[in-house]
Amino acid sequence: MRLSLGNINIKDVQFGNQTEVKNGVLYVNKAEMIAHLADERLASIDIDLARPGEATRIMPVKDVIEPRVKVEGKGGIFPGFVAKVDMVGEGLTYVLKGAAVITTGKIVGFQEGIIDMSGPGAEYTPFSALNNVVVIAHPALGLLQHEHEAALRIMGFKAATYLGEAGRSVTPDEVITYDCPSLPVALTQYPELPKVAYVYMLQSQGLLHDTYLYGIDVKRILPTFIYPTEVMDGAIVSGNCVSACDKNTTYHHQNSPVIAQLLARHGQDYNFIGVVVTNENVTLADKERSSNFTAKLIGWLGVDAAIISEEGFGNPDADLMMNCVKLERQGIKTVLVTDEYAGQDGASQSLADADPLADAVITAGNANEVITLPAMTKVIGYSEVADVIAGGWHGSLHKDGSITAEIQVITGATNELGFSKLTSKAI
Amino acid sequence: MSTEKFKVVHYLNQFYGGIGGEDKADYQPEERLGHVGPGQALQAALGERGEVVATVICGDSYFNENVETALSAILAMIAKHNPDIVVTGPAFNAGRYGVACGAVAKAVAENLKVPVVSGMYLENPGVEMYRKYAYIVETSNSAADMRKAMPKMAKLVIDLAAGLEVSPATHGYLLQGLRKNYFHSESGAKRAVSMLVSKMSGQPFTTEYPMPHFDRVAPNMPIADVRQAKIALVTSGGIVPKGNPDHIESSSASKYGKYDIAGITDLTVETFATAHGGYDPVYANQDADRVLPVDVLSEMAAQGEIGSLHRYFYTTVGNGTAVAKAVTFAKKIAQELLDDGVNAVILTST
Repeated sequence: MRLSLGNINIKDVQFGNQTEVKNGVLYVNKAEMIAHLADERLASIDIDLARPGEATRIMPVKDVIEPRVKVEGKGGIFPGFVAKVDMVGEGLTYVLKGAAVITTGKIVGFQEGIIDMSGPGAEYTPFSALNNVVVIAHPALGLLQHEHEAALRIMGFKAATYLGEAGRSVTPDEVITYDCPSLPVALTQYPELPKVAYVYMLQSQGLLHDTYLYGIDVKRILPTFIYPTEVMDGAIVSGNCVSACDKNTTYHHQNSPVIAQLLARHGQDYNFIGVVVTNENVTLADKERSSNFTAKLIGWLGVDAAIISEEGFGNPDADLMMNCVKLERQGIKTVLVTDEYAGQDGASQSLADADPLADAVITAGNANEVITLPAMTKVIGYSEVADVIAGGWHGSLHKDGSITAEIQVITGATNELGFSKLTSKAI
Repeated sequence: MSTEKFKVVHYLNQFYGGIGGEDKADYQPEERLGHVGPGQALQAALGERGEVVATVICGDSYFNENVETALSAILAMIAKHNPDIVVTGPAFNAGRYGVACGAVAKAVAENLKVPVVSGMYLENPGVEMYRKYAYIVETSNSAADMRKAMPKMAKLVIDLAAGLEVSPATHGYLLQGLRKNYFHSESGAKRAVSMLVSKMSGQPFTTEYPMPHFDRVAPNMPIADVRQAKIALVTSGGIVPKGNPDHIESSSASKYGKYDIAGITDLTVETFATAHGGYDPVYANQDADRVLPVDVLSEMAAQGEIGSLHRYFYTTVGNGTAVAKAVTFAKKIAQELLDDGVNAVILTST
């Protein structure tokens, strides 16, 4: 399976009479885009813009999505949602690199986050560096939480697809091609190198903790193989989940960093054979079954080692340890990517489960560490939710508009796909 | 850097303070100007940069049998000199002395907000109890190590006084066990791949989070007669009276709630909800008995299948709440339950 990604570098975003990309500027026809997103479940939709360096705060953030368009090859972006469930991952896809859709509006649940476009909070979120088209949506009266979440999720995908279309006839600034051969070919490549795989754990604990694969809620899947290029074409999307700091937004999945880094040294230091996606369901039987299947599939590939990335914390720490232990016992070496909940003073044990076999761990930082986010001149959304979102407390929002809370509230701060550079050490 | 000497106050026990051995262990806190005993080596190492302005001496037995009185007297004696740094010990493997050195460090760190340097053997109980509050230089288990320990402690004192960065690797102190965030030069994913390559090829690598020792709790003996038992409900599922009157956080809870359910036999959509931010709340909000089964237990109590349902339930949010915090909640809750004569607890999680 061969996919080429054509990056169209976006250096600014503006409202305009026509939605288009010209000289690296994304112009958005606001009225047309709002009309495109209409949904009877949503009472109102508005659009705003947020650029790097601006004194703007967006909250509560539900999802961040990168605009892409399928130019050649089967299927379309976000199969199972916007496009039909054709297999994706081959052909040519254009990316509006440097742009993103951010969805916000009335809060659905505690897990939503904050994105500051400048100031100390901006350092903790990768989305402060992007030219963002912010879609603000309000639910129809009486809309229940599950429906509210679904409406917002799909609205975000439609918004990213709508903007992605603007890139269809633009010549990309660079084109990168990824070649993922069939298994027999992959296994015979680089016979002198060790073989590695990736275990991609996806949140699946229920409302605001869900992830979708080709449109299916992953709590209903058994672990399965997936080509890296399918992920790049939007096969995995976020259900707006977990605490803001360690939810994998759709943007994170589209730019899945462990996949990117494994591909970067493929053929030099190891032979990257494949990816297994698995879930993080709530019952013990589900955890046992999924970790058993994960260990079976990774064993089946015959690899020497694997990276396992987690999403969320607490309950999924058990899934992480089961996956780790079951691979290590087969002689497959593992490296885990997680984050920590070590308390605001950093003095507590960081994980809810542990095993001595987990001897190689990458941490994306302590989510409980406290930060003060200064007031911003502009707030897109609602500041008052600072007191109730995960990582905030009664009194997090101060009278002057500043917010003191755990970095847990910042979208992407401790991303467990290893997207960012934040980490933690013992002192 | 100021040319003025920085001020150090040194804490010693009766033995190192030259008062006497075990027979003098009940010696009450006393203050001396200048350095005493091992303080001489400390002063020599500090040279012209700093001065041991006072030494506080206390007997180990007296300290451990009168912790509060002893600590407040010692703290006052130390505070009077307005020190820049406090040094305690070294205590090597002396348990009671180590605990005293640690407790003094904690009081100083919390009240005077100045750094404390100590020295102990790794297995001294003072290490585990107080490592968060002091820079504890690792020593051997015997006082014969004084010659090596004191220069290390002095180096740490000098660098801390100068505001220099210190670390366990460069200064030989025991990890304080605190997790501190910082921005790495490489992304987590890139570091993961590098670690994987090292681990596969047998090269050395350092895990970024060494696995903690995991606490396992052995179950108690079963209740002999459940029909006589008073049973309480305790949950980390965040069930609270609707409106969350005590503002228990949706994640990283700083508190727990205790609520009276006398006369309540069913939790309804109008009266109870969850404050928890870590699971799908829809079904718990529809019927909070799904997480906190007041309805079933009330029914069982009415039918005599259990003795009674305790009139209070305890609740917190387990989501993102540090284990250390949960332990402090649990200790208080367990004591109250014991005081109230509760025989058994049903713990529900989510």
